[in-house]
Amino acid sequence: MTLRDLLAGPPTVVAAGVDVFSAALRAQGADVHDVDWRPPGFGDPADLAALALDPRRPAANRTAVERLLAAGSVLTDVRPAKEVLGVPGRTLLHAGPPIAWADASGPLRGALIGACLFEGWASSVEEAQLRLASGFVHLEPCHAHRTVGPMAGVTSPSMWLWCLEDPVQGGRAFCNLNEGLGKVLRMGAFGEDVLTWLAWMRDVLGPVLQAAVRSMHEPMDVKAVLAQMLQMGDEGHNRNRAGSLMALRELSPAIVGLAESSGRASGELAEVLRFIGGNEHFFLNLGMPTAKLATDAARDVPGSTLVTVMSRNGTEFGIQTSGTGDRWFTGPAQTPVGLFLGDFGPEDANPDIGDSAIMETYGVGGFAMAAAPAIVRFVGGTVPDALATTERMYQLTLAENPAMAIPILGFRGAPTGIDVVSVARTGWLPQINTGMAGRVAGTGQVGAGLVQPPRECFEQALAALARGARAS
Amino acid sequence: MALRSGVYADSVRLMQVSRDVGARDGVTAVLVAMATPLNLDLAAGMGLAPAEPASPEQLLVAISADDDAALAGAVAAVETALAERQRSTASAQAVPARTIGAGLDALPGDGPALAIVSVPGPYAVAEAADAIAAGRSVLLFSDGVPVEHEVALKRAARAAGVLVMGPDCGTAIVSGLALGFANAVRRGPVGIVAASGTGAQQVSCLLDAAGVGVSHVLGVGGRDLTAAVGGPATLDALAALDDDPATEAILVVSKPPAPAVALEVARAAAGLRTPVRQAALGPDAPDLTAAVEALLGDLGVAVPDWPSRPGAGEAALPGAVLKGLYSGGTLADEAMLLAGPVLGDVRSNTPLRPELGIGTDLAAPGHLVLDLGDDALTVGRAHPMIDPTLRLEAIAALAASGEPAVLLLDVVLGFGADPDPAAALVPALAAARARTTLPAVVALVGTEADPQGWSRQADALAAAGASVFASNAQATRHALGLLGGAA
Repeated sequence: MTLRDLLAGPPTVVAAGVDVFSAALRAQGADVHDVDWRPPGFGDPADLAALALDPRRPAANRTAVERLLAAGSVLTDVRPAKEVLGVPGRTLLHAGPPIAWADASGPLRGALIGACLFEGWASSVEEAQLRLASGFVHLEPCHAHRTVGPMAGVTSPSMWLWCLEDPVQGGRAFCNLNEGLGKVLRMGAFGEDVLTWLAWMRDVLGPVLQAAVRSMHEPMDVKAVLAQMLQMGDEGHNRNRAGSLMALRELSPAIVGLAESSGRASGELAEVLRFIGGNEHFFLNLGMPTAKLATDAARDVPGSTLVTVMSRNGTEFGIQTSGTGDRWFTGPAQTPVGLFLGDFGPEDANPDIGDSAIMETYGVGGFAMAAAPAIVRFVGGTVPDALATTERMYQLTLAENPAMAIPILGFRGAPTGIDVVSVARTGWLPQINTGMAGRVAGTGQVGAGLVQPPRECFEQALAALARGARAS
Repeated sequence: MALRSGVYADSVRLMQVSRDVGARDGVTAVLVAMATPLNLDLAAGMGLAPAEPASPEQLLVAISADDDAALAGAVAAVETALAERQRSTASAQAVPARTIGAGLDALPGDGPALAIVSVPGPYAVAEAADAIAAGRSVLLFSDGVPVEHEVALKRAARAAGVLVMGPDCGTAIVSGLALGFANAVRRGPVGIVAASGTGAQQVSCLLDAAGVGVSHVLGVGGRDLTAAVGGPATLDALAALDDDPATEAILVVSKPPAPAVALEVARAAAGLRTPVRQAALGPDAPDLTAAVEALLGDLGVAVPDWPSRPGAGEAALPGAVLKGLYSGGTLADEAMLLAGPVLGDVRSNTPLRPELGIGTDLAAPGHLVLDLGDDALTVGRAHPMIDPTLRLEAIAALAASGEPAVLLLDVVLGFGADPDPAAALVPALAAARARTTLPAVVALVGTEADPQGWSRQADALAAAGASVFASNAQATRHALGLLGGAA
């Protein structure tokens, strides 16, 4: 609208502040929309003003969003981590911001112990603990290596990784293979059965998937599967049922074909297919690197207040923003609220853990709750709650992702690209759907529910971004 | 024929798209569908089979048309249909917008719209910036907005081709719609650019009393013409009014502008097709009433007798001083400019010269004109045009002080203002006047069409013994006359 249009006719008015003016406008028959304004949830008003007035910010956020939305995701390979990541031996990757063994929570410790035993770096739990505490085994965040991992996210050299590529912008991202539910390493379990299962994944599942993926004529378009999931009742974080079945549909001809082409025993292939078909979260480990490709594409735009990472290590929640590079802003991880398996209760739950909040960073998961009415009860809510959650998230985000359409909202694109400034101004924190690990190492999964980041992450990010705006 | 990856829409939606695009002139066949084997067979049957291998996640867009133009049009129509956002009708979960940005985003359609921001000053800039980013003009009513924020907002607004009205000048009438503090004035040929809120109300109400209406009133903020801000909103508002077919004459109302800015505004005004008259209050400039009278002369309209209820002309006590208790800053300035040459020094919380300042002592003795709407006095409370408490206290304190005085008040009517200011003022005046001899003179700024009604308010105030004038200049001169000065 130009200034000339301003005078073209009686305007519709959007008003924030004292209601006496809105009342006077209504008395004149005007079309008035009142904003439910309230003071920002946090942040120094001077910082908010500096960012609101930063002339770089609108274009920077547009650039970041364009890159994020343009990113594609195809499955190019499956390879052992040691061939892919280029990290020194005896390094374990983990979810969330950097953490030392001394600060690690139960499930992260459990997963690290399990990985040491799996790699043969220790022969007993006690020895593994000593070696982790002494620094003999080195810890680094997955996110520092273009990698993401659900829950504890522990990734060791012998584990196989999904290798994904953004065909548009050339990015790459990696994620380990999903182990299934229950007592699993990512939930902090490290018993004999867990290690046996990891060995099967290393010796059978990984090689079969690699051969199958390499034999496919067209690489799997993982982003397209994610888009279709939202039309089928999944939100891509806590519900991956449709996506997992679609992945099975995509992979199974190639897997079955291995019987002839490489002489794999049909019983072994059947075992692989049975595992994939029975694992409702099989697709999560494909969805997460897809989201990672997109949010990585939005990195490093000076002046952009878009969130590129939300992630938790079980002790701390950390975020990164486009305008501040790979710097972490952290606060204490909250404990999710939700429903519990069996006899477990709230006291058994560990604080929030996992890189899987990359899904919400990408605008699905909790942000697309409206797409997944089937899970709202499992994560402790109602269908109207789910719709309202997604509606709220539109006010935190910079864009609607046309590729991720939400049917019940009239195929409106999912709310995508969290803006730190909007989080502060609305006082609404991002909504994350999540699994819950037991707080005691070795327990495994205890439930699933909803969680939010601690406000501190966004407070620090806001202050740092404002410093950048002033210095620019 | 094209295959697209990373796009997914359900089959019903795609059938609608195919049907709508197929109905276009020059289009002979359309199939927009996911590239499933079934749909590929369908496409082949229509003679539109893709040359390259397709997979079910890809979107098949197959169109045949009579010529390239029809084909290009059909492809564009597919794009538009796929991108079209369908607003939710299923959700009853209306989540209220918390920011101006979200509120503007939620508006259906793209007709004329603007934002009004009256949140506390430190937070106002983010809301105003939302409006500018959305390509909408904004009336920034909030006070306490730092000048550097004003400068940055107006710079962004110029780049976006929108107007920031304000801060510290809560008046605008856009296409007959009164925003913020403004009066129900008739529509007509005069466009007003105002760096003064109550100044704009005074001149628009006097024009209305003379039978002349306004096209638009664009408040540009009390600091717009200072050297620090440099007049960007004034220049843009002038240009917009010059382009407006309904505007035949322009009046710029302000306090004295910074010389360099005044020069630039004068240069811009000289370049317009529409005649521009300035009403810049100052020691050597005509008062606002005189400026309106001059404009009426330009328009060939006779100057009427301005509405008044002068009353009997009650004598002041010997040695009486002028006590002006104003809610409008510009009206207070005008009173001081008129009183100074007659009375000598008039002190104020918003003095004409720094040495006449009284600090925070609102009960200082001697000639005094206060602006009770000044930022320093409205922190944490409503403007005195809405909340009379501060002025009622000052009247009671004056009566109790025993200092002989003539009381000069402004009462500003209109949208947004106190719905019945006389209701609170009449008993306060009666109580004060029961205690001591205290002649009261009121500048009543408003129109008959205002929600409060000029005559209703004037009659009530006159019945309480006040002398009432529609012109602040006349009211001030009347008060000076009661003090024995030259009227």
